[in-house]
Amino acid sequence: MNNTSLIMIIVAGALINNVVLNQFLGICSFLGVSKQMKASISLGGAVIFVITIASAVASLLYDYVLKPLGMDFMKTIIFILVIAALVQIVEMFLKKKSPAVYKALGIYLPLITTNCAVLGVALTNVQDGYNFIESVLSGFGTALGYTIAIVLLAGIRSRINEKDLPAPLRGAPIVMIAAALMSIAFMGFGGLK
Amino acid sequence: MKKYIERLWNGLLKENPVLVLMLGMCPALAVSTQAANGIGMGLSTLAVLVLSNFVISCLRKVIPDSVRLPCYIVIVASLVTVTELLIKAYLPSIYEALGIYIPLIVVNCIILGRAEAYANKHTPLLSVMDGIGMGLGFTVALTLAGMIRELLGAGTVFGLRLLPESFGMTIFIQPPGAFLVFALIIAVMNAIGIKTRQRQLVESGCDGNCSLCSTACEERKAEPAEAVKPAEPAGTASVQKGGDQA
Repeated sequence: MNNTSLIMIIVAGALINNVVLNQFLGICSFLGVSKQMKASISLGGAVIFVITIASAVASLLYDYVLKPLGMDFMKTIIFILVIAALVQIVEMFLKKKSPAVYKALGIYLPLITTNCAVLGVALTNVQDGYNFIESVLSGFGTALGYTIAIVLLAGIRSRINEKDLPAPLRGAPIVMIAAALMSIAFMGFGGLK
Repeated sequence: MKKYIERLWNGLLKENPVLVLMLGMCPALAVSTQAANGIGMGLSTLAVLVLSNFVISCLRKVIPDSVRLPCYIVIVASLVTVTELLIKAYLPSIYEALGIYIPLIVVNCIILGRAEAYANKHTPLLSVMDGIGMGLGFTVALTLAGMIRELLGAGTVFGLRLLPESFGMTIFIQPPGAFLVFALIIAVMNAIGIKTRQRQLVESGCDGNCSLCSTACEERKAEPAEAVKPAEPAGTASVQKGGDQA
């Protein structure tokens, strides 16, 4: 594994296969939380934190426990439990050790358990046969892509809110149209491959 | 009898999970590239939803309240694994097309959402009907979006050619098309006056993020109240919190 391909994993995760705009994972929070810039940045931070750790733990568990035991088919159940437990541990740890970060992340930390991006990344890493380092980097890249997308959308939405829209488009539809345009823009990154 | 039919109607239209409640958007956007994929995903989710509603409703008096979410997750994850293995064995082409979105049914907001909002308060039979209604609503929404995307993107519906081959705006099969088509379907529903609930959800700042949304929102609402009234016994608060965050 040379350095270029490791960097490529991050770039691919963050831009080329953007987790929200290209793979449609984590849409709920993408549409729900992007209303405020500040909340989006906090959620992005929490997601980077959790996905990176979750990818690392899931990769270790798969390589050293599930695969040797031949319990491949149990991975969905094991991963979701590990992620739920992990979020809880991270939350308890942050609460104790760094209350400032805990306060900044607020309710977004527990919400991440059901963010399908976390489980999605863990499962794709296994599917693609990534080793430990590749899994961690891919997790980090994916989460970075999520943060980029949600912060950009929050910026766009703060502008949209000032405009006088036709009534049927207000609320969810216009946000999704904005997401569609962002998705078109992100397709341009496909050329980086 | 009437209330059983009411459940079906409720899931199909009045509280359509995708178009009205805005739950389960991830698989809806991802697999609606073709009408057939929409049906496959919809029916897989329906199967899991009906079974999970039934099991959770049967166990509703046994599962302790504080650890209910982890219990639900284990039940749902087991059912999803069973469904995944069955699809892999008997419908390999669907399995190929849906890929990672089958195991991701575990984190589909609709399933935990219904468990939390309906199945843990109602009888098994009613919960099954609720599951069928919601599952059908999900299937209909996905198939509709799949038909529109397939028609505009490739000129076919269920693989049947309706428009000449030279026609075909591939953007509709690609990711941006998913956002666009769902945006327009919801806009049309808004225009003809079907009340959508997602606006309230978005406005309140509590996203439609799955089962934990409701509990997290409650928690947030509870915070200022606690600040005003610090006399609240700490024990109950921590127990409640433990359940919420699991």
